[in-house]
Amino acid sequence: MMAPFFKFGLFGDNIGLVVAFGIGIGFGFFLERAGFGNARKLAAQFYFTDLRVFKVMFTAIVTAMLGVYYLSVLGVMDLSLVYLTPTFLAPQMVGGLILGMGFVVGGYCPGTACVGVATGRIDALVLFLGIFVGIFAFSELFPLVSSFYNATPMGQLTLPQVTRLPYGLIVFAVVLMALGGFAGAEWIEKRMAARTVES
Amino acid sequence: METRPAQPYWNPYVAGVGLGLVLLASFVVMGRGLGASGAFASTITAGLNTVAPSHVAGNPAFAEYLKEGTSPLKDWLVFEVLGVFVGGYLSGMLAHRVTRTVEKGPNISTKRRLVFAFIGGVLMGVGAKFGRGCTSGQALTGGALLNAGSWAFMIMVFAGAYALAYFMRRQWT
Repeated sequence: MMAPFFKFGLFGDNIGLVVAFGIGIGFGFFLERAGFGNARKLAAQFYFTDLRVFKVMFTAIVTAMLGVYYLSVLGVMDLSLVYLTPTFLAPQMVGGLILGMGFVVGGYCPGTACVGVATGRIDALVLFLGIFVGIFAFSELFPLVSSFYNATPMGQLTLPQVTRLPYGLIVFAVVLMALGGFAGAEWIEKRMAARTVES
Repeated sequence: METRPAQPYWNPYVAGVGLGLVLLASFVVMGRGLGASGAFASTITAGLNTVAPSHVAGNPAFAEYLKEGTSPLKDWLVFEVLGVFVGGYLSGMLAHRVTRTVEKGPNISTKRRLVFAFIGGVLMGVGAKFGRGCTSGQALTGGALLNAGSWAFMIMVFAGAYALAYFMRRQWT
């Protein structure tokens, strides 16, 4: 057992910041490679013409999920030391809904907006500034919304705990769901392309 | 400025594996996932703290980003997001995709597109606060960790976007 390295004291906070910068470079690199510095590529997801948001996101989720699962099964990594955001179901669902609306209205999410800004997209820069305004407004109005923000606390909660099914079984189900989703996405894209040619 | 034509984007599955390996590296090395929106909050707190420190200290939505004895900017997510800018630029530059432009569909003016981009950004900021994270910190990171709240969040992101897609179609198609 030795991972997560930071949690086992292999290095301190300052080295952690250097690691953060390095990981961020990788993150930004692959986001841009995926086409996520481009709002039209991102928004195409919601018009079924290019489903790369779904494909990239679920390929990444499955890759990291399998990695974490096998490393912990092999006893190399202590999964309980990986930070899990506590669940507050109601505000998180409302937050997701608002963020989703912002996604199709604005064309980027916070991470992809940074990539858009870095590659010269002016719409991404405007959205980037809007995020600051949104967070500032929320924080200033926090006394008004804090009770809802802290509603339905459920603590650190995973899908295996909710369903009372083994972790490995949920991992398997997510892989199957993703593969089914990819097949469906390819089929939808082909049909949409055929329709565009006809019209 | 850029003269060579932009290269096509990568196959989404290949880019997805790359992204997943970066996320996995973050779990293995740091014991935490990726993020983005938290860095925005840290930046606001740092800025506000220089002009109105008592205001920041009195509001838990700002105060949670304060660091004892150092700037709120000396934060893991702030450094990670700085890296995102560098990595995004490097990838774009190598593929000749760095261009000063506004991404939009053919049926909307640039001015209207930018107004929508701003409104979208505000919604993003508010949504990320209520969601306790955004597409990176919740959907991607929490998704891979089978975090129940993250999956609920992710489903609602797609629901919200598809619900408004019809009304936004003139902007994109």
